[in-house]
Amino acid sequence: MIKREILIEGNKTYKDITDEICAPVETLPPKGWFYYFIPAKLGLLFYLSVVATILGVGMGLMGVNHPVGWGTDIVTFVFWVGIGHAGTLISAILFLFRQKWRTGINRTAEAMTIFAVMTAGIFPLIHTGRPWLAYWLLPYPNQRGPLWVNFRSPLLWDVFAVSTYLTVSLVFWYIGMVPDIATLRDRAKNKIRKLVYGALSLGWRGTNRNWQHYESLYLILAGLSTPLVLSVHSIVSFDFAISGLPGWHTTIFPPYFVAGAIFSGFAMVVTLMILIRIGMPQMKDYVTINHLEVMNKIIMATGLMVGYAYASEFFIAWYSGVEYEKYAFINRAFGPYWWSYWIMAGCNVIIPQIFWFRNMRRSIPVMFVVSIFVNIGMWFERFVITVTSLHRDFLPANWGMFNFTFYDFGVIIGSFGMFFTLFLLFLRVLPMVAMSEVKPVLNVGRGEDHHA
Amino acid sequence: MLELIDQLNSKLRSKTVNGVVGFFEDEYSLLEAAEKTYAAGFRKFDTISPFPIHGMDDAMGLKRSVVPWFTFIAGSIGCAFGVWLQWWTSAVSWPINVGGKPMFSLPAFIPVIFELTILFGALTSVAGMLWLCGLPKVDPPVIDPDLTCHKFALFIPENDDGFNEQKAADHLRSLKAKDVRKTEF
Repeated sequence: MIKREILIEGNKTYKDITDEICAPVETLPPKGWFYYFIPAKLGLLFYLSVVATILGVGMGLMGVNHPVGWGTDIVTFVFWVGIGHAGTLISAILFLFRQKWRTGINRTAEAMTIFAVMTAGIFPLIHTGRPWLAYWLLPYPNQRGPLWVNFRSPLLWDVFAVSTYLTVSLVFWYIGMVPDIATLRDRAKNKIRKLVYGALSLGWRGTNRNWQHYESLYLILAGLSTPLVLSVHSIVSFDFAISGLPGWHTTIFPPYFVAGAIFSGFAMVVTLMILIRIGMPQMKDYVTINHLEVMNKIIMATGLMVGYAYASEFFIAWYSGVEYEKYAFINRAFGPYWWSYWIMAGCNVIIPQIFWFRNMRRSIPVMFVVSIFVNIGMWFERFVITVTSLHRDFLPANWGMFNFTFYDFGVIIGSFGMFFTLFLLFLRVLPMVAMSEVKPVLNVGRGEDHHA
Repeated sequence: MLELIDQLNSKLRSKTVNGVVGFFEDEYSLLEAAEKTYAAGFRKFDTISPFPIHGMDDAMGLKRSVVPWFTFIAGSIGCAFGVWLQWWTSAVSWPINVGGKPMFSLPAFIPVIFELTILFGALTSVAGMLWLCGLPKVDPPVIDPDLTCHKFALFIPENDDGFNEQKAADHLRSLKAKDVRKTEF
């Protein structure tokens, strides 16, 4: 019989797990945390000033203009929403498939989802130019008729999809954390900690009569999140696919976008996990090389799916016989934006092929570099889809270029500051590994399986 | 205002019950103990553990959780609400012709119907779980702070069938429980 691999290394006891995972929350954070936090915080401050300037002066500061009416904001929105998908995949889909290795990383991945979706949500609001009127997106009774939103528009579906996704992910994450917050409450030495974690723990005590309902709910939320996560990026892809523009109007978009989302999200999880392993070395026992290897396999598999989608788009453009469609794709690869297309193809299709080799999949420096390239490539994928399709449509009278400005760079760089600040604060105040999920899988692979 | 806080406080403060508790080495001995306690005729006892234990529901004779019913009913309501909202706003309240599509254009309404189904189902299931568990509670008594860390315990309340303090304590000791004592939970 093939032996199961150990999921948590270091031959720990339940008490060790609690002590190690609570330590970053209960003591001053290690030096590594500050090395990350200070640049992240500066990035956030930079972001705030850039966004404030854009809102104060106007959208004219950014590159969008005729004919490229969708620019950095939409590209970066899709980028961040896509990153969010890996967290739900790990927490919900791998849970349904009973993949026990997920327990070491699911909490951080879910946190990544929430912060990525929060970061993403700001971009469409900036893009509207008048975010103080953002509530117009919701169908609320008003004194203008009442004038309702257009439910036939994919942009409106997006409002519902992204807000539902954020709400359900947040609830899923929080409910998963309640038993661990109760642990923090029971360990708390001072009054304020006891009060805060006591309130957040909702008075959880870990009785089996509560665990029974809790586990049932967890399964239900996993079951609901799975179709939800697939629907979110499908709907994001409808924003493009439902229009009549060559390069956007393709039926392959929903699965292609979902595969790309999982691809970029897993790359971001790998990036974050490596940073955590470097900054907080005690986490190496929970986020093991085996876990990272499995994620690298998923990166390679989804990278191949994305590559297949790129090829199939070209085939369909040729097979359709529509000259505009054909031109859109030839223009993508060989037109004025050829460099963005080849950055995308190189980073997303060619570079991940290195993971065919086992020692590359298990090498921390290699996977770190690959994960960064994948993230760059996936940002460019959205750039290619959005900008190269818009910049030359049916009539040469409508041709033009997208003029990237300082403010476009500013919101991209700044959004990373926001994301990392939120993520680092999470590592500081909440348990970063799901203790109540790690403990039951502690014996896996230790050869003392009582259920055998 | 203060009165309201007092009222809320007294509502959320748990009604405690006295009983006997015994501690166990690990989840396997706790599981065995729960089986034997059920066999001994106790019905309202509870086990306390840092994580859910496989097979404990059967050992304690618990029926399947009813949380999925909350999901199903609320999800159906969310679905119906989605249909109604879009039908009423698009075809009744202010019908606007968009691209020559019918006023009630069902295929275009499916994404929002789907999202509302999920949203209603998920939030109601969470509320249902909390209600079934009697949460949130303010400052419920904790028998031992390590029960959310590495200890396992079985608690028999005094309102259980045929409870007798001596009998319950003897029963727990016969199961090799440690530190058997009277407590409030």
